[in-house]
Amino acid sequence: MELTNEYIKQRLEDKFGEQVTQFETPYGMFSFETTKENNLKVLQFLYDEPELGFQFLTDITAVHYPDQEGRELAVVYHLHNLAQNVRIRFKIFMPISQPDVFTATSLFACANWMERETYDFYGVNFVGHPNLKRILNVDEMDYFPMRKEFPLEDQTRADKDDDMFGRGGNIF
Amino acid sequence: MPDHQHNNLKLPEGSIEKQTQTLNLGPTHPATHGVFQNILEVDGERIISAEATVGYIHRAFEKIAERRNLYQITPLTDRLNYCSSPINNMGWHTTCEKLLGIETPKRVDYLRVIIMELARLADHIVCNSVIGVDTGALSVFLYVMQYRELIYEIYEEICGSRLTTNIGRIGGFERNFNATAWDKLERFLKEFPKALKEFENLLERNRIFMDRTVGAGSISAEKALNYGFTGPNLRAAGVDYDVRVHSPYCSYQDFDFNIPVGKTGDVYDRWLVRNQEMWESLRIVRQAYEKIQAFKGEAAEVFHAEVPEYYLPKKEDVYTKMEALIWHFKIIMGETAMPAGEVYHSVEGGNGELGFYLISDGGRTPFRLHFRRPCFIYYQAFPELVKNTMLSDAVIVMSSLNLIAGEMDA
Repeated sequence: MELTNEYIKQRLEDKFGEQVTQFETPYGMFSFETTKENNLKVLQFLYDEPELGFQFLTDITAVHYPDQEGRELAVVYHLHNLAQNVRIRFKIFMPISQPDVFTATSLFACANWMERETYDFYGVNFVGHPNLKRILNVDEMDYFPMRKEFPLEDQTRADKDDDMFGRGGNIF
Repeated sequence: MPDHQHNNLKLPEGSIEKQTQTLNLGPTHPATHGVFQNILEVDGERIISAEATVGYIHRAFEKIAERRNLYQITPLTDRLNYCSSPINNMGWHTTCEKLLGIETPKRVDYLRVIIMELARLADHIVCNSVIGVDTGALSVFLYVMQYRELIYEIYEEICGSRLTTNIGRIGGFERNFNATAWDKLERFLKEFPKALKEFENLLERNRIFMDRTVGAGSISAEKALNYGFTGPNLRAAGVDYDVRVHSPYCSYQDFDFNIPVGKTGDVYDRWLVRNQEMWESLRIVRQAYEKIQAFKGEAAEVFHAEVPEYYLPKKEDVYTKMEALIWHFKIIMGETAMPAGEVYHSVEGGNGELGFYLISDGGRTPFRLHFRRPCFIYYQAFPELVKNTMLSDAVIVMSSLNLIAGEMDA
């Protein structure tokens, strides 16, 4: 049976009901959103169901949306059904004040370093991770550098201000 | 008398106290192929346990990318897997094209295929010959290195640089291939198969090489998938997954080639798979070369798509035409906003699936850019691969995985 986006959506809705939302297909990749309490259940369901078979974890990463109150941090999972060559993406959002989610290391060995990297850069606390410590940055670092409150360049530089180009506003 | 000696005396006669010691392999050691550290617990020469540590050359590419225009990110991708940087470049450009909805002409696709396959050949030449070096056979390395040099000369003709190429642009190439580049490509296609055959003959049935590599660092298909292996390392374990075939980009569907697979996923199989891939890459380059010869007239001069918003105009046009001057200014000043959206695109890199996850909020720079670096993902299997093997096996297991520090640390 061919694995279609419609079928995946149907199975997810049957299993999780209103816990899965925001179904989209941007640039051809089926994506959806679920609650942070559900991340492991969804991963397990997608992994275990023989008709779905998303047994390859392509990537885990996070995104910081500073303007979304209560939903500042997103963890993004990319999964792949290699046999049928179908890729999907799902996201979970959480408040930056309590960035706790369940680890996927029990399901995917490769999640170990991906989660460590996500923790290192965004401070996402993967509950149950066997070795959640920094991986690319130094251990002594006391902040999470990929968050948007740490801009890359000197804020005092005026030569990059949009005012100079008649656009108004400020790019920072 | 020190305590431990005293303790030894209590052991039965003829026995010695079992002692392990911690050994640091790296961060800077010729056998680690880059700056990463392996903390090994060894009992004599046998490895009891291992821990891999990375992050020594982390350069914050993802953070830097959030302040750069799309075309300014190309040099960052060069510095991921620097053994095959053109593949990273093309992967990045095709990601941008996917986001921007740009379709490239067929000739551009074929030119890109030639460049990417040459890069794959260069990558595999280095990796496979270095496995030879790590087993004590330096001559094979010196012998094939001259052909990587020839590949670098071809890059040099096309873009002016050799290692970090910055080759290509959004929509195509900065300039067309010149006559010298085609001559050198013909020379490569003519001479390299003979050298590759000899390279194979030197190692493939070599008793010493086989004794060192067969059975070393083997991994099952199931475990390799669970560890996120892709590329030759996964194929050596018997899974025929190749991004070029399963999610074709740059018209790879127009080419006829096989996916070599191994059986046991050991060092020897990885070496064999890479070698067979070199033959397949040669086939692809030949086909692409023939396809390009078939373009006649104006079509034979096309080397980029018509995308003035993202593609710098010719310098003489900038000096003489108002439109070209405006586009030039807009591109350089980063005036062109990109559409809002999220895109994941991946290409078959030298050592696996290299993915780009790009989020745009409609601004001039990415809101978020994440690189899926294949060797970062599968290096975490290293401790398991070397457990209960000899110290010398750790060295060849590491080189057979094709680990590139630049890509791992991004």
